[in-house]
Amino acid sequence: MNGATYSSFLEIATGLVILCAFVTLWRRSLLAIVRALAVQGMALGVVALVLGFHRHDDVLVIVGCLVVAAKGFVIPTLVTRVLANEPASRETSPLVNVPASLVGAGALTFLAYGATRPVVTLVSTSAGRLVPLGIATMLIGFFSMVVRRKAASQIVGLLLVDNGIALVAFLATAGVPLLVELGASLDVLLVVVVLRVLAVQLWSKFAVLDLDQLQGLHD
Amino acid sequence: MLAFVLLLVPALTGCVAAAVEWRRWVGWLCTASLGFVLVTGVVLATHVVHRAALSAFSGVLRVDALSAFMVIVIGAIGLLAVCQSVRYLDHEISSGHSSARRATLYAVLVQGFITAMLLAVVAGNVGVMWVAVEATTIITTFLVGYRRTRGALEASWKYIIICSVGIALAFLGTVLVYLAALHVGHGAHVSLQWTSLMSVSHRLDPGVMRLALALLVLGYGTKVGLAPMHSWLPDAHSQAPAPVSALMSGVLLTVAFYVLLRFKAIADGAVGVGFSRMLFVTAGLLSLVVAASLLLSQRDYKRMLAYHSVEHMGLISLGAAAGTPLAIAAVLLHVLGHGLAKAVLFLASGEILLVEGTTEIDQVRALLARRPALGGVFAFGLVALLGLPPFSLFISELNMLRAEVHVGLGWVAALSLVLMAVIFGSVMSHGRHMLFGARSDGESVSHSPSIVTVPLIGALAACGALGVIAWPLDSLLRAAAMVVVK
Repeated sequence: MNGATYSSFLEIATGLVILCAFVTLWRRSLLAIVRALAVQGMALGVVALVLGFHRHDDVLVIVGCLVVAAKGFVIPTLVTRVLANEPASRETSPLVNVPASLVGAGALTFLAYGATRPVVTLVSTSAGRLVPLGIATMLIGFFSMVVRRKAASQIVGLLLVDNGIALVAFLATAGVPLLVELGASLDVLLVVVVLRVLAVQLWSKFAVLDLDQLQGLHD
Repeated sequence: MLAFVLLLVPALTGCVAAAVEWRRWVGWLCTASLGFVLVTGVVLATHVVHRAALSAFSGVLRVDALSAFMVIVIGAIGLLAVCQSVRYLDHEISSGHSSARRATLYAVLVQGFITAMLLAVVAGNVGVMWVAVEATTIITTFLVGYRRTRGALEASWKYIIICSVGIALAFLGTVLVYLAALHVGHGAHVSLQWTSLMSVSHRLDPGVMRLALALLVLGYGTKVGLAPMHSWLPDAHSQAPAPVSALMSGVLLTVAFYVLLRFKAIADGAVGVGFSRMLFVTAGLLSLVVAASLLLSQRDYKRMLAYHSVEHMGLISLGAAAGTPLAIAAVLLHVLGHGLAKAVLFLASGEILLVEGTTEIDQVRALLARRPALGGVFAFGLVALLGLPPFSLFISELNMLRAEVHVGLGWVAALSLVLMAVIFGSVMSHGRHMLFGARSDGESVSHSPSIVTVPLIGALAACGALGVIAWPLDSLLRAAAMVVVK
């Protein structure tokens, strides 16, 4: 892979990751949101694969394949099962409406460019220049966790945060050591499983789907 | 190798508990495994206090004085909580709230939880530390929701969502530290090994390290329960079964703080102490303000204890901000003293809930007259936690304040004294309400079983003895403090 194709592949895949983050804010159907999340997971895996081929780093190629499998297929399937309680569920009343959310996400992207200046100065490669987009994905995840009220939306927000951080890890350091990388991916998988168990219990025992219904504990 | 055996024993005990049906002897076996952890902690401590650190598996596991001290803390408080779990499960099963199958699940999760905490403190690699802290989050989520009431499920949902976000930020911080280490140049061997990061700390890029430390304080600070990321803590600690609350409040918070101390040492090498001092002072003072304001009007005694943990985490954060060897030694003594006193109080409050059937402060009256042993343990626990002599929290708080004044943080010490006075007043008034008063006519004095009172009195006695004579721990505390202070 020559230099120009490498950077354009990398830019397209990274661009797809951030685009999917915006799509999760734009769409209201939870099923569509989860689909965007699956595409984002695959794009993230492609970033790792492109980096791995470019650096002739076999470990990174394997990690990339695992990311495509876990974040592109397994995790989205698990989240879809949470929606099985209410297949046509929509995010009906987010605290902030869609146009305002998109403007907010744009502002967060600018913020990400500002906050990561020391990182971009340190890593002067073509991959390093894309680091702010990972931070932006993470911030959009936070934003969506705060303004969305469905249990499934919060899981999606958490996964956006995680994908953003994984993107930073790939772009800035070409992946942390394998042991940690696997630990991190396995943890996300387990967290999603745990959240699914909790969501099912809350739904089957107490018919709770919206987090507004969870206001029992306070001072 | 001893470090590996240390992890293996509680893990294998967990496997045994999983394989057989729940019986009381399984509970005692689990208790024995914690006894082993405590003894191993002492052996490790005597070994590393004057000598080099032990390491195994090419440095993945590494025990220095600081790790050995934390193993002792986990062993001591774990022993207390696990032996009380037997009584808790007995009661849950006999009252029909739980089955033998669920009791097995509880025992296995608690053993897993303790193994994960031990891994976090004996890991020599900051990545492995992160994995271990994250594992504690996943395991304790099930323990918080163990009772499966609406409140318990709500608390576990909030707990895992907030802590997962926190721990994700901590991961990003760890990635940035790794990034800075990749760019030190001169062919330095790059890894996430804590010792190798320490050896290049003065050459790490200051801009990236500032960002990294801020993220790590936010991330691990969430697990420590520092304000403003503390919102999960009162819910989780009040909804979890009492022995689990004792473990979470007594040790889990400080295990996360231990990881922060390690990262603070690296960042201090790169950017100087000023930056970390600013972060820790902000988080510490904010925690004290939050605890003081929410304790004033607290109506639930388990939540009162939870906010009291926020206060103590704020105090050790201020102590760490001072950062002198004396301050860090005092922080560590406070970690042990707070762990013991808080575990005693949570276990006693579990017993109060069991016999009184309520967690409302207003509904509990005249404990000292009606249940002298239980009331006495609760009263002395509160005295210890409020930092009155002879308990060790008095000595550690005094030394942290002295260290703060010594490094020019006198205003911080003064402000924290004012906030501590407010907290002292409100907790005293809640405590007085629960403890004092006369028995109503015809009500007889009830005695708590000695299986509850004897271990709790023992723990309080240990906490008191540490405040009077420091010799068993003195050299260990000094050695542990020197690990993270240049």
